[in-house]
Amino acid sequence: MNVSRRWLEAFLRRPLEVRELAERLTMLGAPVDAVVPLHADLDEVLIALVEEVRPHPNAERLQVCVVNSGGAERLNVVCGAANVVAGRKYPFAPVGATLPGGVRIERRKLRGETSEGMLCSARELGLGQDGEGIWELDTDAAPGTRLVDALPLADHRLVVDVGPNRPDLLGHKGIARELSAAYSSPFRLPAIPSPPVTDVPPVRRVGGDTVVGGVHVAIEDLEGCPRLLGVVLRGVKIAPSPTWLAQRLEAVGLRTINDVVDATNYVMLELNQPMHAYDIARLRGPSVIARRARAGESVTTLDGVERALTPEMTVIADDAGAIGLAGIMGGAATEVTGDTVDVFLECAYFTPKGVRRTRRTLGLSTEASYRFERGIDRWGGVEALRRCVEIIQATAGGKLADAPVDLGPGPPNPPRIFLRSSRVTQLLGIELPWHAVEGYLVSVGATLVPKPADGRIAVEVPSWRPDLVREVDLIEEVARLHGYQNFPAELRAFRPGLLDDAPIERATTEVRRGLASQGLLEVMPLPTAPADGPESVQLLNPLSSSEGHLRRRLLPGLVRLVQRNWDNQVENVRLFEIGTVFTAAGAGERPLEERHVAAVLTGGREPAHWTGTGESRIDLWDLKGQFEAAVGLAVPGGVVQVQGNGWIGLDSQGRTVGRAGPLEADAPPWAAPLFGYELVLDAAPRQPAHFEALPSTPSSERVLALLLAEGTTVRQVEQLLRRSGGPLLEGVTIESDYHGPELPPGTRSVAFRLTFRAPDRTLRDAEIDSMETRMLAALAAELGIQRREAGASGGGE
Amino acid sequence: LSCQILVLASLMSEPIGYPDLDKLLPRLDAIPSLGSEALAAEIISVLGRKSGVLTAALRSVATLPVEQRKAYGGAVNRLKVRFEEAFARRSETLDAESRHRDLVGVDLSMPGRRRWTGAEHPVTRVVDEIVDIFRGLGFAVAVGPEVETDWFNFTALNFPADHPAMDMHDTLYVDAPPVPGEQGGRLLLRTHTSPVQIRTLLESPPPVRVVIPGLVYRNDPFDPSHAPAFSQIEGLAVDEGISFVDLKATLVHFAHRFFSPTTKVRFRPSFFPFTEPSAEMDVECQLCHGSGCPACKGTGWMEILGCGMVHPAVFEHSGVDPEKYTGWAFGMGPHRITMLRYGIPDIRLLYDGDMRFLEQFVPGGQKQP
Repeated sequence: MNVSRRWLEAFLRRPLEVRELAERLTMLGAPVDAVVPLHADLDEVLIALVEEVRPHPNAERLQVCVVNSGGAERLNVVCGAANVVAGRKYPFAPVGATLPGGVRIERRKLRGETSEGMLCSARELGLGQDGEGIWELDTDAAPGTRLVDALPLADHRLVVDVGPNRPDLLGHKGIARELSAAYSSPFRLPAIPSPPVTDVPPVRRVGGDTVVGGVHVAIEDLEGCPRLLGVVLRGVKIAPSPTWLAQRLEAVGLRTINDVVDATNYVMLELNQPMHAYDIARLRGPSVIARRARAGESVTTLDGVERALTPEMTVIADDAGAIGLAGIMGGAATEVTGDTVDVFLECAYFTPKGVRRTRRTLGLSTEASYRFERGIDRWGGVEALRRCVEIIQATAGGKLADAPVDLGPGPPNPPRIFLRSSRVTQLLGIELPWHAVEGYLVSVGATLVPKPADGRIAVEVPSWRPDLVREVDLIEEVARLHGYQNFPAELRAFRPGLLDDAPIERATTEVRRGLASQGLLEVMPLPTAPADGPESVQLLNPLSSSEGHLRRRLLPGLVRLVQRNWDNQVENVRLFEIGTVFTAAGAGERPLEERHVAAVLTGGREPAHWTGTGESRIDLWDLKGQFEAAVGLAVPGGVVQVQGNGWIGLDSQGRTVGRAGPLEADAPPWAAPLFGYELVLDAAPRQPAHFEALPSTPSSERVLALLLAEGTTVRQVEQLLRRSGGPLLEGVTIESDYHGPELPPGTRSVAFRLTFRAPDRTLRDAEIDSMETRMLAALAAELGIQRREAGASGGGE
Repeated sequence: LSCQILVLASLMSEPIGYPDLDKLLPRLDAIPSLGSEALAAEIISVLGRKSGVLTAALRSVATLPVEQRKAYGGAVNRLKVRFEEAFARRSETLDAESRHRDLVGVDLSMPGRRRWTGAEHPVTRVVDEIVDIFRGLGFAVAVGPEVETDWFNFTALNFPADHPAMDMHDTLYVDAPPVPGEQGGRLLLRTHTSPVQIRTLLESPPPVRVVIPGLVYRNDPFDPSHAPAFSQIEGLAVDEGISFVDLKATLVHFAHRFFSPTTKVRFRPSFFPFTEPSAEMDVECQLCHGSGCPACKGTGWMEILGCGMVHPAVFEHSGVDPEKYTGWAFGMGPHRITMLRYGIPDIRLLYDGDMRFLEQFVPGGQKQP
């Protein structure tokens, strides 16, 4: 909502400092997003009196004027306008001034005559469309006065962010009411500069169907239009609006159109009542009827667009068909034009839901629909209609054909809300004197009916505040008007909550920190993705088809991020993500949500270094190590197993919960191989680390080089070694894996380093020998594995 | 020169009395001047297992007449110890010299060897910091689903059906039939973390103090300050006797902990369907500290969170007696706070996974080599 400072000043009859005003509105709950100074570019334009006009000696269409611009010297100004008259005042741009649009005025010679400045038209000053001749000013201001002060033009436009609960703040009157409460000073409607021709007679209340000034008016759709006021003005003169009216509209960013249309817009901006004027000559009947649209009906709106209507929509119609969209936009066929003589003014209450439905269906949002959707003052129409008639009569003239009519049921008893002082204290946490509470409510228009016996009051809320429905709504008003800044900020005693942290959050934090310590960088891409199989959850109204589904896996998104890094010539990429994935469930069921962990790795194993380390690239074994670490972090009791050309992670029940392997990607030729894994994050509580006493005896080591036939895995061998080695075999690590021509065909040589330790004594060689013999026997018997011949060692190891 | 000869003479070893051993003495005295290769050769030549002269001398002890063995053997052993000590001393000296020589030639300004360092996302760090502050105030962490029903996301939170208040929540809907049941309804992507307020209250009786971090969704295309999905963190405190003063005090305390103890904070009225009275909390602009700059649109303030007293309708929908219990709630956007804190001009940087961006947040700092 755009607000003019000067317009508010006219309501409050006092000057307002714009910074203070913006601050005040913000603290009342209507934050000011921007303050725009208006006509600051006219600062240098002065009022000048033309004292003498004589013809230019060398040019037929130019004149030379002697101008008094407030200084001691009279200035010579060459002027091309035919309407310049001695003894009149005009806006004057002296030498050195810059006009809107950037034109800088300089002393120059025109056909031999020096011109020391410029007399301006309204258009040259950016004040309207009138470029016919210079702008003759009707002002008492002395020559030399700044134009912006004399007219007065200087103003500020405040862009106020009005919440959807406060439709009353969508008009200057509503904002003035708030300020009046805040400043404790009265407010009333600004005076109309030229007085109205006749008094507007009282509104005549009628049923759902009547005739006013020869126009048949009816409500057929009471649901969409519970109230409709109308009046007929005959003999109006359509012309540009007077300056005061045009200025107020332009100050809030509205274009001026003509005196009648501007009057309706003025009332909307002042009283938050959208209105519409119809050219009676173009109304068939003539009639104005609020009804539902008929199937197949259409209307061409003011913007020239033909719009198909449905029976859900409320329209204004004449005898022949729809002529406007109720509460949104009038029709082109009946609009007021330069030829209009008689007008019908419509002032209605359209229900928020109906307007909202039509607005959304047609995708057509207007100043009017914005206001009706939020709920205007249902009983404010009388004041608005009278105001509009007065303004039109003061500007365009015209005669009232009849008393205005008011169709629709009369006002109900205003709603009453009970307010308890105990509840105010309970919610706000401070004791407010009761008279202060009452004062705040009265200041925004509420009426109080005290009930001293039971410590509560009945509050009748004003009709412009549809947001005040419950007791708590009144308490908010009290808090707001008391001022949030006036509440203490003292921490008082509290009871801690009884809930524990959500297990999945604890697990997530632990895994995240663990993966960061593995050298991975966390990312948070969007969870939307292209379709990924029939189980993808599809969105109804996605932003784009490439984001039309919820992801089922994290890895494809991470691969896209790697490719983007490659696009940036970044070779070393190590990313991880912990996020939600979604799988469609049966009809009528929520999709399954699961938290996953995924990582991608490519590039150097270590940062490049001048000593030559860091030249090796991340390979399968880096991936496996990362995957093992991730399974350890994310899946309590989980293990990693070989499957296909990669690995899977199994949870403690043996279910597959993750995969790791090389990844396909659209890689530039210089890119290193890409690897990745993804697994389900298990929320189960983590076991605390298990402490074992540190050994007090020395260990002994042996290295066994074993010949493994094709198909025999190191894992099988290791399990057998542990099983046959007995409890004193402490550890098994792999020293090397050698393939070579001197080995028996189809075998490789794997060296296992075995660590032995007895907790209570130093092991003797003989004991270790017997364990070794036992293990070798088991290897030979169960896996057919022989020890590699001693002395045949060579190459590779 | 004569002086040097004198010094050398005075250092010469005393004869031992066995000619074959005495002739080794000059070699003993020469050890301190040997180079490393000569030293290695000399060690083998004197002490070598196979052909060392002292090894041989020791072996020959057994061949001597018994009465000579002890004296000669003792002399050989003493000489051996002297050689060993001299070799060790010389070897140490040579090592030290060589270490010194190595370093003298090296440019120590060459870069050191680093390992890859990982990092949590800057938004994660902000969320963790916020959560930590609230943990200290008796809050625990709760979570809820990202696909919600319109009942949880709107109805239970007192959004009037078909009202302009919904326009602030441009909603992404799931293309699936509604979920039946009392609290079912149309499936959508939650537009805020507030539905978890309802879920928490339905499950656990007051006192409740939880913070709820999570992702929320809006049908907003990406631009420098908007994203279709972003993080939010919700707070909820419900108990008997909780008031607007508690709300203000707790959040001011939070702001002072999170920003700085001297940061100016203000509360101003606002509107959310699920709180009343509602407020917005601003903190003094972290860039200009109140004097006004483009980031704060000249106001000197930055919007940090929305908050308010839990609306009685929300309690009614979650089975809590609004006459007995009161509560407050807040919601803030860690993505936005991250941008404010680090001066990140475009929210998309937080989604792009660009290594050059992420590595700026590595603890201790790291440059992409």
